[in-house]
Amino acid sequence: MADQWTESKSNKALIGAGLAVAVGAAGFLLARRSADVHDDGNNISDAPDHTWRRKTGRYQEGLVGRTVSINKPREEIYRAWRDFTRFPQFMENVDSVEDLGDGRSRWTIKAPLGSTVELLTRITDDVPSDTIAWKSEPESQVQTEGRVELFEVAPDRGTAVRLTMKYDPPAGLPGRAIAKVLQREPNVQARRDLRRFKQLIETGEVSTNASPSARKSESPTQARI
Amino acid sequence: MRALTWHGRHDVRVDTVPDPEIVNPHDAILRVTSSAICGSDLHLYDGYIPGMRAGDILGHEFMGEVVEVGPQSTLKKGQRVVVPFPIACGQCFFCHKQQYSCCDNTNPVETSDATEFQYGYPMAGVFGYSHLTGGYAGGQAEYVRVPFSNVGPLVVPDHLEDDKVLFLSDILPTGWMAAENCEIEPGDTVAVWGCGPVGLFAIQSALIMGAHRVIAIDHYPTRLALAKQLGAEILDYREVDVREALAEMTGGIGPDAVIDAVGLEAHGISIDNILDQVKAMGFLVTDRIHAFREAVLSVRKGGRVSVPGVYGGFADKFPVGAFMEKGLTMKTGQTHVHRYLKPLLELIEQGKIDTTFLISHHAPLEQAAEMYKHWHDDQNEFTKIVLKTEAATTKQEPKEQQHELA
Repeated sequence: MADQWTESKSNKALIGAGLAVAVGAAGFLLARRSADVHDDGNNISDAPDHTWRRKTGRYQEGLVGRTVSINKPREEIYRAWRDFTRFPQFMENVDSVEDLGDGRSRWTIKAPLGSTVELLTRITDDVPSDTIAWKSEPESQVQTEGRVELFEVAPDRGTAVRLTMKYDPPAGLPGRAIAKVLQREPNVQARRDLRRFKQLIETGEVSTNASPSARKSESPTQARI
Repeated sequence: MRALTWHGRHDVRVDTVPDPEIVNPHDAILRVTSSAICGSDLHLYDGYIPGMRAGDILGHEFMGEVVEVGPQSTLKKGQRVVVPFPIACGQCFFCHKQQYSCCDNTNPVETSDATEFQYGYPMAGVFGYSHLTGGYAGGQAEYVRVPFSNVGPLVVPDHLEDDKVLFLSDILPTGWMAAENCEIEPGDTVAVWGCGPVGLFAIQSALIMGAHRVIAIDHYPTRLALAKQLGAEILDYREVDVREALAEMTGGIGPDAVIDAVGLEAHGISIDNILDQVKAMGFLVTDRIHAFREAVLSVRKGGRVSVPGVYGGFADKFPVGAFMEKGLTMKTGQTHVHRYLKPLLELIEQGKIDTTFLISHHAPLEQAAEMYKHWHDDQNEFTKIVLKTEAATTKQEPKEQQHELA
């Protein structure tokens, strides 16, 4: 018994020492990394705004973005994106988009617990085969801005499609913490929605793994994660 | 329908599951006639590939008859087709470059986050090979849904029996691409680690492409005998020090190109492999690269390294110094099967490639679980297993009658 006791005690001591070393190393690395964030007011990188590190001059709170290349001409992609009512085909949490005319649309968006949120937007910028931008109306339940830009990265690489979205982060310190968590979600959503859009435009269908399995809860016509 | 399903490490079963249905416009449904068990299926069986879920249907080397088509499929009911294991859309940048196994669109958005995070970009969809590559049901089943059937499946002529064309789905083009990646020049010696089906097809392909000599390395006598039968010289690594033997056999120059047809579960008793095994148990590494290390150290200066063997995660003691200082070139990747279907079918029809010599066992789909165990435990005796469905046996009888009538 005594042996077991000392053994488990020394094991605990070892685990404790290991954890202390790991925490110390992580702290050291984080400190080094934050010292590495470089901002002397003279920003030189040629990268788009949404990729800039926090604490640099060009960082914008609440701005997320994603770019995909689509193997189709700019005109065709512009036409597909200009028709907002097609968005539910590839946007996972958009139930419907209604065209209200004059560049205004009503979006019905899925919210937690089966409820929905309405978003009223107005087109603020529309350059055929180049840019479409929209902004939420003041009476909208959610405040957001979005922009799609079409451009060429290099010859024979198709059309680059860049979606950037901005939202108003809640105020205050707890608000900032929540925003940090929330910021992830639009980013993931933008990435997934853009990939589905790419699949639809390039191939005419959105890829799905719907197929049989031995899992009773699944149907062979439903997508599985 | 009946299908071979995965339930955990060393636990596969033949279950009754729902039939597949047409879901997307480019889909087709096949009634499978033949479906092989691949060496890479053992990585799933041994639990080395993450992203498996209990109930997944395995199998990515299959062929059969078209029984249903979506509105955008270019196939017709009744056609006999063999299906490439990677799923390719045919429309994206990568497919246009004929890098079909890098297709940008076939891994569904729901399942592609994992490879995007781990590899930087999402990988293509593959039949029956975990949710990392799409979570599509595989073809060790009576029926299978084939997405983008307008791009992948190859219609095969009726006079070629299943066994002759089945391996166009994976191992034949994989061996062929492995040899192609060696960029063989006249007078070259190619050394091949692993005499499993891919290694054997790589040997045959390298000789067709004009390699002067091929030296094959393994430890299973039956597999080494097959390599010898193809025209390779052979080394049993239990008998000789492979690096020394290769250097001596090539006049001290070393082989001009090497092929690692082993992958992440290398066998062999050596200090590096034992350390790899210990670390793999503690999840400090995932991939055991013993064969790869030996290949890199054995190849001549300025030589070529071709890696058809499957790796998935991280490795330890990658000999990056030898790699740089010797000025090596490495080519690897999942096979761009679609690129090779027609030229290889032609070689089969002309009798220039033998595709049946390695098949050691045929078994009905019902015995698939038992066959996995043999494939894992008796690698000397079981060199390739082909599963046959009931559709295969009922289909072949009328065909023989047709031949008699003709």
